[in-house]
Amino acid sequence: MWKNIYLWLDERIGFNDLYTSLLDRPEPKTTWWNTLGSASMFLFVLQGLTGIFLTVYYTPSPDHAYDSINYIMQGVAFGWLIRGIHHWGATLMVLVVFIHMLRVFYTASFKYPRELTWLIGIGLFLTTLGMGFTGYLLPWNQKAYWATTVGTQIAGTAPFLGEFILKALRGGPDLSALTLQRFFSAHIWIIPAILAALIGVHLFLIIKHGESHWPKKDD
Amino acid sequence: MSDSHELSRRDFIKVTTGIVGGLIGAIIGLPSVFYLIDPALQEGGKDAWVPIGKFEDMQVGTPYPFSFTRVQVNGWERTASSFGGYAVRKSDSPDDLLILNSKCTHLACTVNWSAEAQAYLCPCHDAKFSMEGEVVDGPPPRALDIYEEHRISEDGIIEIFFKAG
Ligand code: HEM
Ligand code: FES
Repeated sequence: MWKNIYLWLDERIGFNDLYTSLLDRPEPKTTWWNTLGSASMFLFVLQGLTGIFLTVYYTPSPDHAYDSINYIMQGVAFGWLIRGIHHWGATLMVLVVFIHMLRVFYTASFKYPRELTWLIGIGLFLTTLGMGFTGYLLPWNQKAYWATTVGTQIAGTAPFLGEFILKALRGGPDLSALTLQRFFSAHIWIIPAILAALIGVHLFLIIKHGESHWPKKDD
Repeated sequence: MSDSHELSRRDFIKVTTGIVGGLIGAIIGLPSVFYLIDPALQEGGKDAWVPIGKFEDMQVGTPYPFSFTRVQVNGWERTASSFGGYAVRKSDSPDDLLILNSKCTHLACTVNWSAEAQAYLCPCHDAKFSMEGEVVDGPPPRALDIYEEHRISEDGIIEIFFKAG
């Protein structure tokens, strides 16, 4: 019976093609530097999972955000582990994505036909930074509060639109409950959705073009 | 080609990936389950023996007032509730104590002992209870509640058994 179900599905999905293009596509001779994209993706998934778990206890309100994080760290079994992974994973992800970008630049892999992969990559880098910026506010401690005060002030120095940008980021002229709530929403819904969509296109293009070969001396 | 006893390079990669992946999955997965169900594994409301006063301070004929606070912790939320009552001593024996809850059985205001009226008076709708807690006058449907269980500690302090919830 299972075999019939498998065959039925296979006829419609084509497991073989899927397997070949995802896991068994031809690659030029590559190095460990070529694993950094996959490492970025692993970290994205890990951040997603630990993040979902954190929302089970975290509360994005000025009254309770700090206490709820304290509770995760001290009250809940393995809360320190889940938050620790999310905390260090965030830093690591920015680092790994950045080094991935450097390697693509260094091997000139952004050239034809991979310009679009590179452009999408820029979007990925910026959204990854956006995750870090919005996530940093959520513990609602002194460091978080003042980092966001300064960060939004910097955005506010943009010419002409500065004041509007500052108010749009903060949800008003001051850092408030609205700021925390919209940073939370951006951190768990808006930016991850953009990130996931961009990763999808990024991967599609990579599978379509295949990996670029490592440049030789005379390239 | 390698002979059949040796692991091919591909199989080696597959097995290693499987083992490492499984390990990472277990190391993060198992704690995650405990993380999720942790509140279900905690003790609920706590029953406890609560001290209400020295037996020698309680005098026959004069109800002895006491009050105490219980704190319920749910996650990062602490809810304090106050309770109070009167210990009515009847004889020399500490067993012979009647311990009343001062919460009015009508609509839960706090009743007070009045020496003048020789009764507990409720400020809300003028109920009147006798020293033993029986309804004398007013709207309450039944006598004052009593704390059923009490004991005396070695240093002569009366403790009542408080049931949460
Ligand atoms: C969340 C962030 C990112 C993820 C998950 C991701 C994922 C990947 C993966 C899995 C690969 C294939 C393996 C590899 O070459 O390492 C790849 C390749 C590539 N990535 Fe990214 N990437 C990210 C960010 C970036 C950034 C910031 C850039 C540049 C601005 C970029 C540009 C490229 C390019 C041009 C390739 C093709 C490389 C080649 O064919 O040799 N990516 N990416
Ligand atoms: S609450 Fe005591 S008489 Fe109504």
